[in-house]
Amino acid sequence: MATPMLRWCCPGRRWIFAGIGGGSRHGRGVPTGSTSSGKKGQSSVAQQPLITAQKPRKGEREWAAVVGLEIHAQIASNSKLFSGSQVDFAAPPNSLVSFFDASLPGTLPVLNRRCVEAAVMTGLALDCHINRKSLFDRKHYFYADLPAGYQITQQRLPIAVNGSLAYSVCVGKRWSQMVTRTVGVKQIQLEQDSGKSLHDNLRSQTLIDLNRAEGQLRVDANISVHHPGEPLGVRTEVKNLNSARFLAKAIDYEIQRQISELENGGKILNETRSFDYKLGCTVPMRDKEGKQDYRFMPEPNLPPLLLYDSGSLPTGADPQQVIDIDQLRERLPELPRVTREKLVRQYGMLPEHSFALLNEVGLLEFFQNVIKETRAEPKKVTSWVLNTFLGFLKQQNLAVSESPVTPSALAELLDLLDRKAISSSAAKQVFEELWRSKGKTPAQMVAEKKLELMQDAEALEQLCRSMLEAHPQVVTDVKKGNPRAINKLIGLVRRATLGRADPTVIKEVLERQLSS
Amino acid sequence: MWARAVWLGLRASAGGRRGFPSKAAHQGSRRVTAELIEHLERLALVDFGSQEAVARLEKAIAFADRLRAVDTDGVEPMESVLEDRCLYLRSDNVVEGNCAEELLQNSHRVVEEYFVAPPGNISWPKLDEKEPFSHR
Repeated sequence: MATPMLRWCCPGRRWIFAGIGGGSRHGRGVPTGSTSSGKKGQSSVAQQPLITAQKPRKGEREWAAVVGLEIHAQIASNSKLFSGSQVDFAAPPNSLVSFFDASLPGTLPVLNRRCVEAAVMTGLALDCHINRKSLFDRKHYFYADLPAGYQITQQRLPIAVNGSLAYSVCVGKRWSQMVTRTVGVKQIQLEQDSGKSLHDNLRSQTLIDLNRAEGQLRVDANISVHHPGEPLGVRTEVKNLNSARFLAKAIDYEIQRQISELENGGKILNETRSFDYKLGCTVPMRDKEGKQDYRFMPEPNLPPLLLYDSGSLPTGADPQQVIDIDQLRERLPELPRVTREKLVRQYGMLPEHSFALLNEVGLLEFFQNVIKETRAEPKKVTSWVLNTFLGFLKQQNLAVSESPVTPSALAELLDLLDRKAISSSAAKQVFEELWRSKGKTPAQMVAEKKLELMQDAEALEQLCRSMLEAHPQVVTDVKKGNPRAINKLIGLVRRATLGRADPTVIKEVLERQLSS
Repeated sequence: MWARAVWLGLRASAGGRRGFPSKAAHQGSRRVTAELIEHLERLALVDFGSQEAVARLEKAIAFADRLRAVDTDGVEPMESVLEDRCLYLRSDNVVEGNCAEELLQNSHRVVEEYFVAPPGNISWPKLDEKEPFSHR
């Protein structure tokens, strides 16, 4: 036992359902993996307020939903929270289990320093108040994968409380507008994980593996509905949701289910439900009927956990045995919020772009490498990275690390574009080619496919003039005031130049010649 | 509440588990109801097999309630007798594990390298279905 877990809890916030908009769906922002540099804290982020659900029927009052999330995440440590056995995901069953993990009598929990540091850093990153003293408790319940009959957790006085997290969410008719929301983090606590159960229904047995490290991130949602102004309703817990998308679906479904149930005169049971992915609905979990009485009691084998800061460090203390919050704060990597602000300030990009750059693993680094090597404007780079590059990645379901196009290649391409050596449509062509085949530089491809822009201004002028002479009807149309007629001319000139002239330049030349 | 916890010397037939008074039991010295007994038995897997055991429980609770005679207003509860001790912090090194074979020897049934348990939780018989029985 004792794979280290952090658990954050958030109080619910209200969602108002009223007749706003046409009940459009909205995207949800989810805190990114970049919040922790490789370590996983268990965190519970409260829900985001929904903008809308459905129009209330005539005569019916508004409903407000309250959702609290409990997020369980694995801490990236070498050994477990309370024992020195290894943390690893793919090991043979029960091979990473110490005597303590198997709950053999006479074994005692010994707290892992690294896990405490991870918890404190997570708390600092989420703007929590770090409790200088926190306590461990036992939470009792019976289940085959919990050999001790209790789980060591921090229920009374957890390590961090009262934090918040700002995130962005796309709203509006086509998710076009980005707004920033803040969610409260009620608490962060260290706790053991239970073992893994494999249910063998055929032979009516359960196979138990006490290695832990089952799922790196799990979310449970607590959901209730009520009429604004009235007390909170009975809540249900939906357990073990593993993806943001299913979390959203499960919450949506459960809110609607509760509203329907109550509107039809039914009652909501305080129960635990799970989400059926295939049917897209929540269903009661058989084993967990009725409210659990966990009989919390202090963990008798662990004294209070005391944390210090630079001002309160006891003199002459063994540094291995004390934790300095200020030192940990200095070790925090740059938080995403700060990175995003820097990007917006330094490159003049829109906030939503900064979010997009941080939302994909490795994308920010890619972007920065391109910026380093190209003379093109940051805005151009941003646009190419977020639209073209990311578009190709998504289409083929690739990670940034798997990209066939290197930052240098893109930088070179953007340089060509910046020098006006090629047109933007030619650039897109080259990019596609770079994506598909390796070994050639952008310059080589441009040369091979003769995509260079015409540099001979005189020749272009000649071409335009002859085009105008050859199509007097179109010229008349343009002079009559039809703005789109000129596009035909542009198209003709382009074809004549074999795509080697920039349409904007062509347009310029034509317009100039027409007006003279 | 924990400052008033009392170790009850109840003897269940197997495992020697101790039951703890629930919060509800502390509200005044009222009779311990059959409902509460059932709840405690389910939670702690203790067998209050006889009326005598229940009576003993009530006496123990009454004895513990005498703690209320002490005025604890403004006094911080003691959470742990270890409160003055330092919590030892272990370095994050792998020093144990790798003893599956040894551990699995403790198990009545084993499938490959898994412990075998019954499916889910075994449901506890309801109050009216129960009879005085010998504890498992």
